[in-house]
Amino acid sequence: MTDAPKHLAANPRLSTWVEVGADGVVRLRVGKVELGQGILTALTQLAADELDVDPGQVRMLAASTAGPDEGPTAGSMSVADSGAAVRQVCAHVRALFVAAAATRLDVPAETLLVRDGVIRQRGGARSTSYAELAGDVDLDRDVDATVPTKAADELSFTGDSLPRVDLPDKVAGLPRFIQDLALPGQLWGRVVRPPSPAAVLTDADEEAVRQAPGVVAVVRDGSFLGVVADDELAADRAAESLRAAARWHESATLPDEDDLSSYLRDGPVTTFSVDECGDLEAAPPVVRRLAATYSRPFLAHASMSPSCGMARWDDGSVHVWSHSQGIFGLRRATAQALGLDEARVSVEHVEGAGAYGHNAADDAAFDAVLLARAVPGRPVHVRWSRQDELTWSPFGSPMSIELRAGIDARGRLASWQADVWSQGHTSRPGYAGTPGLLAATHLEHPHPFPAPVDPPPERGSGSTRNAVPGYRVPVRRVRGHRRQEVALRSSSLRTLGAYMNVFAIESLVDEVAHAVGQDPLEFRLTHLDDARARAVLQAAADRAGWVDRPRDGDTGLGIGYARYKARGAYCAVVAEVEAVSDVRVRRLTLAVDVGRIVNPDGVRNQIEGGAVQSTSWTLKERVRFDRTRITSLDWETYPILRFSETPEVDVVLLDRPDLPSVGSGEAAQGPTAAAIGNAVAAVLGVRVRDLPITADRVIEALGA
Amino acid sequence: MPQTYQLTLNGSVTEVHSEPDTPLLHVLRHQLGLKGTRFGCGTGLCGACFVLVDGAAVSSCDTPVWSVEGRTVVTVEGLAGETGLHPVQRAFLDEQAAQCAFCVSGALVSAAALLARDPHPGEAAVIEALDRNLCRCGVQRRMVAAVVRAGRSDGEPSGGSS
Repeated sequence: MTDAPKHLAANPRLSTWVEVGADGVVRLRVGKVELGQGILTALTQLAADELDVDPGQVRMLAASTAGPDEGPTAGSMSVADSGAAVRQVCAHVRALFVAAAATRLDVPAETLLVRDGVIRQRGGARSTSYAELAGDVDLDRDVDATVPTKAADELSFTGDSLPRVDLPDKVAGLPRFIQDLALPGQLWGRVVRPPSPAAVLTDADEEAVRQAPGVVAVVRDGSFLGVVADDELAADRAAESLRAAARWHESATLPDEDDLSSYLRDGPVTTFSVDECGDLEAAPPVVRRLAATYSRPFLAHASMSPSCGMARWDDGSVHVWSHSQGIFGLRRATAQALGLDEARVSVEHVEGAGAYGHNAADDAAFDAVLLARAVPGRPVHVRWSRQDELTWSPFGSPMSIELRAGIDARGRLASWQADVWSQGHTSRPGYAGTPGLLAATHLEHPHPFPAPVDPPPERGSGSTRNAVPGYRVPVRRVRGHRRQEVALRSSSLRTLGAYMNVFAIESLVDEVAHAVGQDPLEFRLTHLDDARARAVLQAAADRAGWVDRPRDGDTGLGIGYARYKARGAYCAVVAEVEAVSDVRVRRLTLAVDVGRIVNPDGVRNQIEGGAVQSTSWTLKERVRFDRTRITSLDWETYPILRFSETPEVDVVLLDRPDLPSVGSGEAAQGPTAAAIGNAVAAVLGVRVRDLPITADRVIEALGA
Repeated sequence: MPQTYQLTLNGSVTEVHSEPDTPLLHVLRHQLGLKGTRFGCGTGLCGACFVLVDGAAVSSCDTPVWSVEGRTVVTVEGLAGETGLHPVQRAFLDEQAAQCAFCVSGALVSAAALLARDPHPGEAAVIEALDRNLCRCGVQRRMVAAVVRAGRSDGEPSGGSS
């Protein structure tokens, strides 16, 4: 490897990434964070292989702003980017220790072998180790990107299903989450959020609450209202008192939840071209056209824990504990919001409940920063309520997609037009030069939210992620239309626009296949040149018994395929769905190609989880609101998939040991939704194009 | 007025001094330092805060402490015995039945309650027993496989879904 992995270019010092202790333990500090996806385990395996140590000798330290800036943990890029950096760093560290061993043992470096951290002369009796040499090797130097990393056949741990390094603690119930932090002098904060997105605080009875038991401080700044107490329950009760006495001016600023497609088109809208190929007017003779419009509502992250944050101020500087996906962005945003030098803000990552994008972690951290400012020297721990989590976290954007396909005389796709209407899919803190933190929008001198935008194409786009079909179509026009002023904040939710774009594309492709009288699998294979794409489709179909599937009754199969971001993981899904009075997904069969597999069970777990979460989005989920307030505010009004509704999931992994590893966390969502939709159509003979596919929507489609 | 309550917690007679309506979850996490029981919703709808009360899985977030006076409470920390982890905890590790694992404490408690009354449950019984627990990462099927495995005397995987 001669080109340095890109995260090393920005963070070249070895000592930023790694330290080797006199105990022989290698401590790595990466910029990516554990979200429940198992990244720390995969990176441990890569490091152990390059260093020739046992994985038990590798410790992954919590990410912090003192370590490397690898950007947010997002977009399924951790194994590819952080993995490449860790491999290069560890290869260089190994070379430095081998050189030091050669000096100490007075033998040529090329005669030395390393195993389990012991460095020994081949066939000789003398040895030394990482532990013994730790004091001799200076890691305060730039990484050498010319040191070769190992070839696929030299790897011992990569490719094994090493158990997750963090699970023993979590299964034993040990305190490990940010929710569990307990520091000396710790206080508890609560924020009283406005009752609706546009509400303004007009009156609050701070004095009465200040006298309440346990209350240490009440903070009011504009419409930001919060309390700090010496006990969590006291903080809850004080917040309820504050809420009961607070008066707000509310405004009806929300769109019609039943007509988000009009809302997205009513603008102002920025239109941009994604793909233009060939001339639609002069397209090869089109003998038939199909067109359809698909939509999804706002979606919530709905993590199992409400977000948390903690902060402590000392001498005008603030230290923050957060489960943020992007601790450097949070530092930047916090400094911007408070007019502070970034050097006065430090952030360290602490694991939280599962994160599936830009959720409220950063907002909760900033709440803690604001509340802790009232009590310098004391750490203030803030935990949101379930209601705030479901109503104030950023949402996944609604989308409306118009597709038109032209079919030639041979029954092949001749032309393809797509128009994707959406809000932007990212408004991460510090992203657009403004803080983008919830509490900052409520201050007396507010920093309003930036309009959500989309990542640039080189980072995978947003609204139009996966909007260009992977199938051979000679004439294409794909455009995005992003609404500029939004009624509700949207930001990154797992796969951004890809989930909906793949659902729409794969639905219409299925409709075209039926229209030309071809099997949906055959039709797809006919239109795919990429052997890896064909392989996942064939593997999923074979495993699921596609060819022999029953053709009538209450159960049917549907298929879906995509390559995530057109350059990431390949994934094909066959869904078995039973549809009578409601829709039940019985079984999902997935085939996946993520290049070289670092941890097979880790990939399976991510694919299974992605498929199940997608099933939940596809069948059940929808943020509800009236014209003023969000009305989906608990698990009854925002239901997610339950155990009794969860399909069996069968995953086939196609390993490509010689190809680069890509992420697996976002491969399954789009193809799973598509396979479910296509299976519903196979059973009922009608399509539900507006998600979620609820019993009501099915009845509506049947009656149409 | 704070009162003194006595309960058997994880095998030991324990006294707590608290307002009667203080949620059991708060007493566990803050007075007794048992942080394995999680806050998820505060209204008993997600199962993250489940504990065993006289053998039944109940949500501790909306259970007032007065109501457990004289009763037997077991938290996730109390599932393990002197010989190590509870079989269902070992099975969760064997099956790697977690992603973020925030819901796992509550799922383990539901599973332990089931295994105590039905030592060898089938898949359908496990799904029914865990249906009051929510999981957002999509690990439901692995957890089901783990509980079935824990109920098999040989501790071997059940085969099938994963």
